[in-house]
Amino acid sequence: MDSISAYISIIISTVFINNFILSRFLGLCPFIGVSKSTGPAVSMGIAVTFVTTMASILTWTIYEFVLIPFGLEYLRTLTFILVIASFVQFAEIVIQKKSPALYRVLGIYLALITTNCAVFGVAVLNIDMFFLHGKPLAGSFLKSVVQGFGAGAGFTLAMLLMSGIRERLEFAEVPRCMKDAPITFIVASLMSLAFLGFSGFKI
Amino acid sequence: MMTQILIPVVTMAALGLTFGAGLAYALKIFGIEVDPKTALIITKLPGANCGACGKAGCAGFADALVKGEAVPSGCPVTNSEARKAIAEILGIEDTLKLKQIAAVRCSGGNKAKDKYVYHGIKSCRAASLVFGGYKACAFGCLGFGDCVEVCPFDAITMGDDGLPHVDPERCTACGNCVKACPKGLFTLIAEKNVYYVACSSTDPGGAKAKVCSASCIACKKCEKACPVSAIKVDANLSRFDYQKCQNIGKCFEVCPTKVIKKR
Repeated sequence: MDSISAYISIIISTVFINNFILSRFLGLCPFIGVSKSTGPAVSMGIAVTFVTTMASILTWTIYEFVLIPFGLEYLRTLTFILVIASFVQFAEIVIQKKSPALYRVLGIYLALITTNCAVFGVAVLNIDMFFLHGKPLAGSFLKSVVQGFGAGAGFTLAMLLMSGIRERLEFAEVPRCMKDAPITFIVASLMSLAFLGFSGFKI
Repeated sequence: MMTQILIPVVTMAALGLTFGAGLAYALKIFGIEVDPKTALIITKLPGANCGACGKAGCAGFADALVKGEAVPSGCPVTNSEARKAIAEILGIEDTLKLKQIAAVRCSGGNKAKDKYVYHGIKSCRAASLVFGGYKACAFGCLGFGDCVEVCPFDAITMGDDGLPHVDPERCTACGNCVKACPKGLFTLIAEKNVYYVACSSTDPGGAKAKVCSASCIACKKCEKACPVSAIKVDANLSRFDYQKCQNIGKCFEVCPTKVIKKR
């Protein structure tokens, strides 16, 4: 069992240093699409966090107990997409029935997450980082889950920052040709540059 | 060799089947019935997804209808038959809204003089960016037919007179032309009001007459002729008060430049 610091370092790494949106450039579609106002942006972030965490658990299990014993590691892309899509569908059905209130907040975003590459990215990254020669490293499962959660938290942070900036941009005098998408892209690139400042950190 | 192919095929098939069955089972236990009314209403809506109702397309409007957040007449495009059918599905009374038709508030076209020769992109938007357009009248129609292009119902055609013409039968008052015209010449007028002023220029009467032979010269003849005082000249332009107008048509008869039009 690793010391607790290993898990903290994973979280800090995924939230700041290797932020999924701003450093790895994964999940850019909702980052631009759903970041117009803070409310939906945070809802989207929470939905993604939930799905990345659960997807980490599921994909790790499937990889360890199904793919490795059959020697099918090369099919992980196909399998993970299948697993994630099924899980999101399942979660949507259950939430719709059990908690209509939560469904109204998260429901429309859940369907979008099915095709979100950040979710798939974290699943693949878990395998790349915490498996060696087809064998799970020490504490591999827990680290995967923590990384999944951290990826979602980093995603939420980026969404929150972006939506806050865009809400203020509404009132700024942006030249007409730069309104909406162009200025958003510029803001995103500046934020990415700022997050590049974390990349020297060693933990 | 065969096993190398068989193992992945069987494994993936088993995984897919498991997930599929799991989802089907979950849908049976947790599934929620979608309101069949919504699907039925969508078939009655025009399906143009023009967004004139303010909702995200026809499906969004149908959803709002079922929830009671909208009334059938909120869709300006549907005809009265479809509205009635929708009201029947919802089990409510069809609250009738007056049908509106778009009108072009310019009768210049070829009668308006040009300021310069324009050789650019054949689009009103592009032309209006160059010193407000090539027409000597800053308010007038540029005649490239941006409105014809945006009309989803083919209700607008470009006439030989250099002006767009609205087919009242086809017009559904979706408002696309109102948004598309860079000069803002389109306006939606209730179907029962047959007269309208086909000029938008607020330049002084004399200046207008110099550049366009079909402009409102603010002579006030219509104002004097109207027995119910439903038309007034304000800021160099005749304007209707449709609250008072009774379609008498005196103004139409006396207008010297024939900018008061009947449809």
